[in-house]
This record gives sequence, structure tokens and C-alpha cells, in this order.
Amino acid sequence: MKRILEILQDSSQTTPEQISVMLDIPVNEVKRAIKQAEQEKIILKYKTIINWAKAGRNEALALIEVKVVPQRNVGFDSIADRIYQFPQVYSAYLVSGTYDLALLVKGENMQEIASFVSEKLAPMEQVQSTVTHFLLKRYKEDGEILHPTKNISRLSITP
Amino acid sequence: MESVTARTHNNFISQKVNAISPSGIRRFFDLLSSIEGVISLGIGEPDFVTPWHIREAAIHSLEKGYTMYTSNYGLLELRQELALYLERQYGVSYHPEQELIITTGVSEGLDIALRAIIDPGDEVIVPDPCYVAYIPDIVMAGGIPIEIPTYQKSNFAISAHDIETKISERTKAILIGYPSNPTGTTLSREELSAIAELARKYNLLVISDEIYSRLTYGSNHTCFASLPGVKDQTISLNGFSKSYAMTGWRIGYVAANRDIIEAMLKVHQYTMLCAPIMAQLAAIEALKSGEDEIEHMRQEYDKRRRVITKGLNNIGLTCPTPQGAFYAFPGIDITGMSSEEFAEKLLIEEKVAVIPGSVFGKHGEGFLRCCYATSLSDIEEAITRMDKFVRRHRKS
Repeated sequence: MKRILEILQDSSQTTPEQISVMLDIPVNEVKRAIKQAEQEKIILKYKTIINWAKAGRNEALALIEVKVVPQRNVGFDSIADRIYQFPQVYSAYLVSGTYDLALLVKGENMQEIASFVSEKLAPMEQVQSTVTHFLLKRYKEDGEILHPTKNISRLSITP
Repeated sequence: MESVTARTHNNFISQKVNAISPSGIRRFFDLLSSIEGVISLGIGEPDFVTPWHIREAAIHSLEKGYTMYTSNYGLLELRQELALYLERQYGVSYHPEQELIITTGVSEGLDIALRAIIDPGDEVIVPDPCYVAYIPDIVMAGGIPIEIPTYQKSNFAISAHDIETKISERTKAILIGYPSNPTGTTLSREELSAIAELARKYNLLVISDEIYSRLTYGSNHTCFASLPGVKDQTISLNGFSKSYAMTGWRIGYVAANRDIIEAMLKVHQYTMLCAPIMAQLAAIEALKSGEDEIEHMRQEYDKRRRVITKGLNNIGLTCPTPQGAFYAFPGIDITGMSSEEFAEKLLIEEKVAVIPGSVFGKHGEGFLRCCYATSLSDIEEAITRMDKFVRRHRKS
């Protein structure tokens, strides 16, 4: 199962037939494993990494540090839940250190993100403070380098 | 002045070198460079870039000014790391100060090994087919290569029995290279033990080129020197090129007993002097923390190995599943062509580059070396093209 997941994580378009050959496992077994992983929510979604800047769409991204007041019994989960429900929140993490939640927030432009912070996020009762870092350039995302340097070509024939 | 005989240009070249035919691979390279859009299964190196932490170590060394010669043996720290690694990986122990030399790849290691041991007319036994450099290197060292045919039906494994029939008073060494370039064959511990027994019985050296030792699938590699009672008669050649994707760094090593190392060091110090220091420092980093990448790359090759073997067999180019290195070695019987004709036509008609088996010896004829150290999509596309080609050229 783990090896099937690794292949799909790297390239979700790999077919069960291809995986079957690669791992020397019967194709039905591969299909069953994938189905099971989908049902158990081990596989959450098949996505594509897109370099939107290259596709001509501009978007703003900000990394937001949030300090919150944890609540009795539910700790940080309840406030986190209230925050990550916003569609603007692309990723949300509870972190150790000088603040509590790290958010990646997306918007069409900086203004949109600024509005989200000032109108939705900061006014929340449990939110003590926020620090917004606008992303200036994306170098690498989900393990993929977004601006790869020119491919280095190897000799086509070597001993 | 009149007594000086006029020389044609060719007369300057030694007979020894003249007798060596130019590499069949080079001719192909020239042909290939004139064609666009070629998918190459003709490479002989990993398609990975050296892991970043290793490259970073070399960059750091340059920044710090490590640009000088090292000891002829190589940096002591590298030899110490290497001794630990060989003990850990293969259970064989070498003294870092007396039994290891860092070389510029196995290519140099093989050359200095042969030059250190061969007297004119000494015979060296090699499998046929074998890596392209073995026979020319033996010849250039003044030796006589004695080829032992190997066959697909026995998985291109050299048999101790066949070796024994060719042992003569002039036999100095047996040169083997497993996992094999070009066949992808590995030898089992039992098969290697039979060769070790011959070495002991006839008091022969065994030069064991184990550059692909970390690329085996299914069973772990047996280091020849780790077999009982043959360590002192073994010259182990290995390096960083294939396991750590470091081909261009030219960095490898030889391990042997002290006397042989001393002899090899003479050749090494007067020809190479030492391996480049930045490559040596990179190699230290590789040994210290490169294990994860080795395994990652091995697993990638393993998947591709299955895809290419299945693909080749499906289109009628039969081959067993290779157990090591990153080559499949399919037969082309069904076309009736020579391997060179097949490779040349395939390149021109379908733009797929493979290496004709004949390049690796007489008994490589009828086979192709197909390297699978290339992307899965390229392997699949190459198989599709080869399928078209084979259908067109199937002998009636």
C-alpha cells in the first residue's frame, strides 16, 4: 500500500495498470488498494500543481502568524476550526514557538488578504494578535521547484 | 638526416594501441548527434543529479579553499570513512592507511590494478560479454585477455567450470564485474564462492569490479573479498558514480592487500597523483549521510526495471528480469538482424538509441543493451517505438 501511495503522490495520473507493472502486483490488487485508500480518506484528493504566475493569473499569498487564547477542554482545535473554515485559508497549522497558528492565506491581491485579516481574523474574540507576511516569490511548493533551472543534458550514449 | 625513415602519420602510434579497435559506442554517438528527438536507452549513468547535500559539501570545500593535492592514497578521513562503510555494508575490513587507494573512478582503479600486476604475456580471464574497457585495459597493460563465453540461457553468469578449462600457467587473474554492465546479471554467493575456490586452488588474483554493488534488486550484493580465504587475493574496485549518482566527479577506490596496494600506488602516484580533493570531500559527505538517497534511487530503478522488462518481452525482445545495475539485455532473434544493424536502423527509423550487444564482446552479438536509468515516460515511449520497429522487421 505504502509504495502505491508514493507513486500516486509523485504522479497521480499513473494508472493501476502501470503501477501493477512497476511493483509487480496484480492489477486488481492495486485497484482494490487505491479504492480502500480513497474510502478510508488516506487519499484525500487528486490535485495538480500549477504555476499560476506562468499561466497569467496573479494571486497574493500571505503567511499569517496568529496568537490565540486556547479554550478549556478543546484547546486550540475549536478556534482553529473557526479559522480554517474560511475559504481564504489555504493551509492551517498549529505550531510551537512564539505564536500558535500558522496560516497560508490566498487572495486575488494584497488588499483582499488585508481585508480578510482586519475584518474576519483579527476581530475574533480568541485571537490575540496577528502578523502578516506577504509572500514575495514562490520558489518551491509541495516538493516541486517552481522555477527550475534549464535541464542539464547528459550525453545520450555513454559506456 | 637521410637515415631517418619517413614515417606516415600512423607510424607514430604504438602497435599496442593501434591494435585496439575504436569503441563501437563512439561511432554511435556521432551518428546520434545528427538526429533530433531521440529517446536514449544508450546511456550508462544514473539520470539523477548528485544529491544536494553532497554537492553542497563540495561547494563549501571550494569556498573554504580546499583546492590542493591530497596524499597519493587519498584523504585519510575518506579512507577511514570508507573502511567503516565496507565493514558495515559487506562485513569486510580494510586498513584505512595501508589497504585503500582513492582513485579517479573505477576506470583508473582497473587500469592501475592491471598495470601493477601484469607482466607481458600474462593472461587475464574475463567474461564475454563484459564492460567495454576490460579488454582494452588488459591489452594496454601488456596482458592477454582470455574470454569466457556466457549465454542468455544461463543468465550471462560466468561459470567456474568454464573458467577452470581456460586456466593456464600464464593465468594471472580473473576479472569479473557483477552486477554486470551490460547484462544486469548478478552472481549468487554460491557462484562467487566457486570462483573463489578456483582462485585459492590455482593461486590467482581476482579483480572484482563492484561499481553497481548498491543497485541490486531482490538479493543483497556479496562483496567478493568477503568470501572466506580470498581477501588477500582480491582487488576490489568500487566507487561513487552509480550508487550516489556521481559519475562526473570521477571518484572511486580500490581495496586490496598491502603489497598490491603499494604496487598500485606506484602507478597511481606517477600518473594520477591523487583524485581531485573536492570530489574526495564530496565522497566523505556521501558516505556519512547518503544512505537514504541510495535507497530512493534504487527503488526508482526497480520500478523502471519491471516496466522495461515487461515491455521488451511483450514485443518479442526476450530477456530475463535483470537483477542488478540498470540495464536490460534483450535478444533480437526474431528480427534476424545483427545487433549493430538493429541499433542503427532503430535509431534512424524510430529515433530510439540502444547499444548493440556486439560492442561488449562476441557473445553480446544478438542482444541489445537498454539502459533504464531514464524516466518512465521515456521508457514507455521507447517501447512503443521499438514495437513498431520489430513488427516491421520481424523475420518471416
